[in-house]
Amino acid sequence: MSTTATQKRSIGAVLWDYMTTIDHKKIAHLYLIGGGFFFILGGLEAVVIRIQLIKPDNDFISAGLYNQMITMHGTTMIFLAAMPIILALMNAVLPLQIGARDVAFPFLNSLGFWLFMFGGILLNCSWFLGGAPDGGWTSYASFALTSPGHGIDFYVMGLQIAGAGTLMGGINFLVTVINMRAPGMTYMRMPLFTWASFITSVLILFAFPALTVALFLLMFDRMFGSAFFDVTMGGNSVIWQHLFWIFGHPEVYILILPVFGLFSDLFSTFSKKRLFGYTAMVFATMLIAFLGFMVWAHHMFTVGLGPVANSIFAIGTMAIAVPTGIKIFNWLLTMWGGNIKITAAMLWALGFIPSFTIGGMTGVMLGSAVADYQYHDTYFVVAHFHYVIVGGTVFGVFAGLHYWWPKMFGRILHEGLGKWTFWLFFIGFHLTFFIQHFLGLMGMPRRYWVFLEGQELDLGNWISTMGAFLMSVGVIMFLINVIITIKSPKAPADPWDGRTLEWAISSPPKFYNFKQLPLIRGLDPLWIEKTEGNGKIPPAEPLDDVHMPNNTFLPFLMSLGFFVAGFGFIYQTDHKLMLLPLYIGMAFALGCMAVRSFKDDLGYYIKKEDLEREAD
Amino acid sequence: MPDLVNNKVNSYQKQKNKNEMKKQVISFALMIFFTLIAFIIVGTGSMEKMFAVPVLFILAVVQVGFQFYYFMHLKDKDHEMPAVMIYGGVWAALLTIAGLGVITWW
Amino acid sequence: MSHEDTLNPEVMPNEPEKATLEGKNKFIGLWFFLGGETVLFASLFGTYLALKNSTNNGPDTQELYGLGLVFLMTMILLTSSLTSVYAMYHMKNNDYKKMQLWLAITAVLGLGFLACELYEFAHYITEYGFTFRSSAFGSAFYTLVGFHGGHVIFGLCWLISLMIRNAKRGLNLYNAPKFNSFSLYWHFIDVVWVFIFTVVYLMGKVG
Repeated sequence: MSTTATQKRSIGAVLWDYMTTIDHKKIAHLYLIGGGFFFILGGLEAVVIRIQLIKPDNDFISAGLYNQMITMHGTTMIFLAAMPIILALMNAVLPLQIGARDVAFPFLNSLGFWLFMFGGILLNCSWFLGGAPDGGWTSYASFALTSPGHGIDFYVMGLQIAGAGTLMGGINFLVTVINMRAPGMTYMRMPLFTWASFITSVLILFAFPALTVALFLLMFDRMFGSAFFDVTMGGNSVIWQHLFWIFGHPEVYILILPVFGLFSDLFSTFSKKRLFGYTAMVFATMLIAFLGFMVWAHHMFTVGLGPVANSIFAIGTMAIAVPTGIKIFNWLLTMWGGNIKITAAMLWALGFIPSFTIGGMTGVMLGSAVADYQYHDTYFVVAHFHYVIVGGTVFGVFAGLHYWWPKMFGRILHEGLGKWTFWLFFIGFHLTFFIQHFLGLMGMPRRYWVFLEGQELDLGNWISTMGAFLMSVGVIMFLINVIITIKSPKAPADPWDGRTLEWAISSPPKFYNFKQLPLIRGLDPLWIEKTEGNGKIPPAEPLDDVHMPNNTFLPFLMSLGFFVAGFGFIYQTDHKLMLLPLYIGMAFALGCMAVRSFKDDLGYYIKKEDLEREAD
Repeated sequence: MPDLVNNKVNSYQKQKNKNEMKKQVISFALMIFFTLIAFIIVGTGSMEKMFAVPVLFILAVVQVGFQFYYFMHLKDKDHEMPAVMIYGGVWAALLTIAGLGVITWW
Repeated sequence: MSHEDTLNPEVMPNEPEKATLEGKNKFIGLWFFLGGETVLFASLFGTYLALKNSTNNGPDTQELYGLGLVFLMTMILLTSSLTSVYAMYHMKNNDYKKMQLWLAITAVLGLGFLACELYEFAHYITEYGFTFRSSAFGSAFYTLVGFHGGHVIFGLCWLISLMIRNAKRGLNLYNAPKFNSFSLYWHFIDVVWVFIFTVVYLMGKVG
C-alpha cells in the first residue's frame, strides 16, 4: 500500500480499487454514484407520470404501465435513491466527525453497499423481463398476491437483498459511534449529524426486520403456496399492512432524521453561532424516533381497525409534531443574532424550513383519523409526503452535497450554479406539489392513470406537470455543476470556516483520516481550537504505526451470488431448471462467507516512519 | 504456531471465573425448574386457561431473564448499551405483537 | 512490533474476547444484531398469533401438539446453552482443549434438537396432513418454528466452521471474539425457543 498519494493510476486500477475497497470514504462515493443514478431513474419515472397527467384522459402510457411507473418511482426514490445517498453522507462524514479512522466493520460496510447495488439492479431488471412491479411501493397483499407476471417477485427479491445491506449499514454505524469516538468526544460533544445518524441507525435496526418478515411472507405466498394473506385459506391481508407500516413509518423517520442533524450543523456553521439548545435537539431527535414506532396505523385509518385503535394512533401522530416543532424553533433561534452567510448549502437549508413545516402541518391534518377518511388515497396525501420527503430529505441531500463536496472530492461545487439550481428546483417543487393539496381536496384520487374531463382538475394538473419540468432543469443544472467542478481548483481543508472535526483534516482526507487520533476539548471542537487555541486540534496519542484493513473482492462476489439466486427464486415457479441458479447462487454466496471466515485477515500497518514523512 | 501452554491466566481471575460458573449452574437449575413447572401446569390441565396463560408467560419472561442476565452476562459491567438495545428491541417487539395480535381480526 | 505477537500475549487478559478493538466491536455488534432479531421473531410471533385459529378445517393447536417431544427438545436446547457457557468458562481460563470439548458437546446437542424437530414436522405432515400449505395456521406455524430451526442450522454450521478453522490455530485474541459471538447467538436461539415452547406449544395446548 503506497503512502505517496500523487501517483497516476490507470482507469483499470482505479476501478479495481473501487470494486475492492473497504474505505468508508470510497464507499461513500460508491453510494453517491449508485444513489444518484437511481435518483435520475426515479426522476424520469416521475416525469413520465406527470406527462401522463398533463391533460385529462391522456394516453401517453397505458394503465398497466402507469401502475408500474408509480410503483417504481416510489420504490426507487425511497429505497434506491434517498437511503443510499443518506448512507453516502453518513459514510463520508461520520467517522471524520468522531475522530475515527474508519467504521467498526469495514468489510460489512462494503458488503452493505454491494447488496444495495445488486438489489437495485435486480429490481430494475424487471422493466426488461416482463414488467416492473405494479402494486404501489407499498405492495398491499391482496393485489400483490395475484398480480400476473413476475413484477412483484422482483420487488420482493430486490428489496430483500437491498434491505439486508441497509441493516448491515445501520449496525455498523451504531458500533462505530459507541466504540470508536476519539478521546474527549463524549456523547454530548458529538455533532448533531452524528447524533442523528446514530439514532437513525437504531431505527434501521428495529424497523428493517419487520420488512424482512413481510417480504418473506409475500414471497412464500406467491412462490410456495402458503396462506398468510390468502383469505380463502384463513389468511388475512391486514397482516401485510401491519408489518409493512411497522417498518414503513420508522422508515420515513430514517429518511428525515439524518438531514435534521445535517441542518443543525449547517445552520450553526453558516450563522457562526453554536446550535441553540443542543441538549433539547438531541432529546427531541430521540423522542421523534421513539414515537415514530408507535404511529404506524395512521396509514391504516380507513382499514377498519375501529375508533379506539384509530384514536390511539391519531394522538401519537400529533404528538410527534411537538419535538419536531422544538427543532424548527431551535434552528431559527440558532440563526437569530448570528453572522449569516448565504451559500448554496445555506439556501437549501433556508428553503427547507418553510417547505418541511408545511409538510409537517399537513401531516398533523392527516393525523386526525376522522378527517383522514376524506384525505385518504387522494392527492392531499401525495402532496403531504412529497412536501416532507422532497422539502426535507431531498433539500437536505442537496445541502449536504454542497456542504461536504469539498470533504468528499476535494473541490467546491460552483456556488452560482448551485444557487440557480436551488431556485429552479424550489420553484418547480412548490408549483408541482402545492397545487396537489387542492387537487386532493377537490377529490382527485391517487394512483389513477387518468383523470376525466369536466372535473375542473385540468389546470391544476397542467401546472403540476410544468413544475416537474422545472425541477428536471434544476437537476440537470446540478449534474452540470458536478461535471464542471471536476476541473475546478483544489479545495482547502476548511472552506466554510467550520466548527466540527471533519474540517480539521485535508479535503479530501488522507486514506487513514487522522495521523494521530485527535483530542476533543468540547462541543464544536474545531471552533474551540480556533477561538481558544491555535486553530489546530491537539493529538491524543503519540505518532505510531497505524492499523488499516485490507481491500477485498469478496463483498462484490457475495452480493453477485445473492443476485443470481434472486433470479432463481423468481423464475423457479416457471421451470424447475431455474432451481439451478437458485442453489448455485446461494452456494456461491455462502461459499464466499466461508472463505471470509476461514482466512485470517489481520490488515496491515502503516509504519510510523512513513507517516512522519507525510505532510500534515 | 502459538505456544498455548505458556500463556498464563491470573489465579485470582481463575477463582472469579469459578464463582461465576457456580452462579451459571444455579441459573441453569432454576431454568429447568421453571420449564418443568410450565409443562406440569399444562400437562395436568389443573389451572384454568385464564390463569394459566399469564402464569406461563411470566415463567417464560423470568427464564429469559436468567438467560440474558446470567448466561449472556447482561448483569456484568460494560453491558449498558447491549441492555438498552435489547430493551429497545423488546419494546418494538411488544408493539408489533400487540398490533398483529389485537387489531388484525377485530 | 509484530501484529501476531499482540494477539498472543504472555498473560491472557481477563476477557480475551473484548481485549482488542475488533473484539469490542464484534461484541457490541452482535448484541445489536440480536436486538434486530428480536423484532424479526416478534413479527413472526405476531403473525402466528393472528393466524393460529385459521385452521381451514384441519387440526387445531390443541389436537396437534405433543408435549413429550417438545419437553425433550427444550431440555436438549437448554442444556446446550449451559454447555456453551462451560465452553466460554474454559475460554476465559485459556483452556483451549476443554473449550473445544464443550463446544463439541454443544454441537451434538444442537444436532439432537434438530433431529427431534425434523421428526416432529414429519409426524405432522404424515399423520395429520398438516403442511405449510394446508392452512394459514400451517403457514404461520412452519414459518415461525422453521425460522427458528433455520437459525439453529446456521448456528451449527457456524460452530462447526469455527471449530474446524481454529483446530490448529488455538486460542488467541483474534479468534476469542469469534467464539464469544457464537456463544451469544446460541443463547439467543434458546431465548427464542423459550417463547416458542411457551406461546406456541404450551398456550396452544391450553387453548
